[in-house]
Amino acid sequence: MQHYLEYLQAYGGRFVDGTLVTIQQTLLAALLAIFVAALFGMMRLSEKWLIRGTSIVYIEFFRGTSLLVQLYWIFFVLPLLGVTFDKFTAGFVAVGLNLGAYGAELVRGSIEAVPKGQYEACHALNMSYYKRMRRIILPQALLLMLPPWGNLLIELLKGTALVSLISVTDLMFEAKQINGTTYLSAESFGTALIIYYLMARVVVSPGMRAFERYWGKKMGRI
Amino acid sequence: MKENFPLNLGSDAPMVRFSKVTKCYGELTVLDSLDLDVQQNEIVSIIGPSGSGKTTVLRMLMTLEEINDGVIYVDGQPLTHMPKNNELIKANEAHLRKMRNNIGMVFQHFNLFPHMTALGNCMEAPMHVLGMSRTEALARSEELLEMVGLADKIHEHPARLSGGQQQRVAIARALAMRPKILLFDEVTSALDPEVIGEVLNVIRSLASEHSLTMLMVTHQMGFAREISDRICFFYEGKIAEEGAPQQIFENPQNERTRQFLSAVLDAN
Ligand SMILES: Nc1ncnc2c1ncn2[C@@H]1O[C@H](COP(=O)(O)OP(=O)(O)O)[C@@H](O)[C@H]1O
Ligand SMILES: [Mg+2]
Repeated sequence: MQHYLEYLQAYGGRFVDGTLVTIQQTLLAALLAIFVAALFGMMRLSEKWLIRGTSIVYIEFFRGTSLLVQLYWIFFVLPLLGVTFDKFTAGFVAVGLNLGAYGAELVRGSIEAVPKGQYEACHALNMSYYKRMRRIILPQALLLMLPPWGNLLIELLKGTALVSLISVTDLMFEAKQINGTTYLSAESFGTALIIYYLMARVVVSPGMRAFERYWGKKMGRI
Repeated sequence: MKENFPLNLGSDAPMVRFSKVTKCYGELTVLDSLDLDVQQNEIVSIIGPSGSGKTTVLRMLMTLEEINDGVIYVDGQPLTHMPKNNELIKANEAHLRKMRNNIGMVFQHFNLFPHMTALGNCMEAPMHVLGMSRTEALARSEELLEMVGLADKIHEHPARLSGGQQQRVAIARALAMRPKILLFDEVTSALDPEVIGEVLNVIRSLASEHSLTMLMVTHQMGFAREISDRICFFYEGKIAEEGAPQQIFENPQNERTRQFLSAVLDAN
């Protein structure tokens, strides 16, 4: 115990730095994932085959191939084609695009789960597609998709650990570095493990549940 | 495309005309060359066995279903067609939206918006479809909710209302759009027996004003007889018999009508 406290005294600052980078990566990747999920999830339901097809290709590609390979593509291969990202940007873009593809399926599924009668009521009241989606369907779909989004955001948080492989100085990167100089593997990776766990279970899950309750109340659910 | 149908029906047209309307689902012909007129402010009840196409008639009028053949006219204008070069072609979205404003519908399962209060349900379309001001939409909605007997429930969400109350909100919501034609599809079928009366009372008071054309699919034979100007008996996608309520209920001419009525009246 004494020993671990000394370890923390020496390296705690770097774990904090790493954690802050992981939080930034998670927030930016989550914003991108939500945007991508909303866009491709709705495109997936379009009546126009070109729009629907584009969405299917996107979702299939990003779900069907590995996040790590996508990350390397974005960081190492795209520059050869003239598109260059710094490593921080490449990191959250890869994670956001990948988890966004999973999110798109959640968006699609929850829109489809809104009862048909809601669409018919909108139609009978002569609402346009845009008004119908924005004011009636999406608010209800959001309530249905919040629980699975909670899981997805935890996956996303854990997925950001991969960005350490392109040297983004996140929590995982710091843990590896410290391990490399101290050879205290149990302490280094144990600490990282605990911090990831706490972020998931103490921040993300309760946060999502609180938002779910808030939205549920707003939606008139008792 | 449609050579034998007039582009419009002129000034003394009925409020609704089905002209040789056919509807199929795949192989199944649900409505077969249906002709049906409904006059302005007339109240017509549609009765008949399950699967005879009653709901389909209302859903086509609400443009929830496409028609396969024939033309529907509303207030003299084609509903799902529009004139071009002296012919009727498939209507575009702008035409459909203009025509749809004439028609409102009340559903069997209410279909209220669960995330809005009773008031919000009624104000939604007047504000966001008709572009009415909040003040005006609020005044109209409050007045209508009071008319259906829910003045004390305007701030409740649907989940906190009984079935009968929800259906009355749905009627107020449809009326808030000031339709010329109001469609009712078995609006009491999903309700507990003890609250059916309160919904029928609302419809009864609407009927007594005679300022709205009403088409009603119902299994409430006594009610249909009481408020309707005319009864249409549907059998296998056709109108097997139609006439004044008294004639249909007391002296049906068609064997099918007699069978149906005796079965329904026995069940009650
Ligand atoms: N979406 C649909 N797809 C296939 N068949 C349908 C559909 N809607 C209705 N039908 C069929 O059309 C017929 C008439 O239906 P409906 O108008 O609902 O009858 P009713 O309201 O008189 O009970 C029924 O045989 C029904 O099974
Ligand atoms: Mg029916």
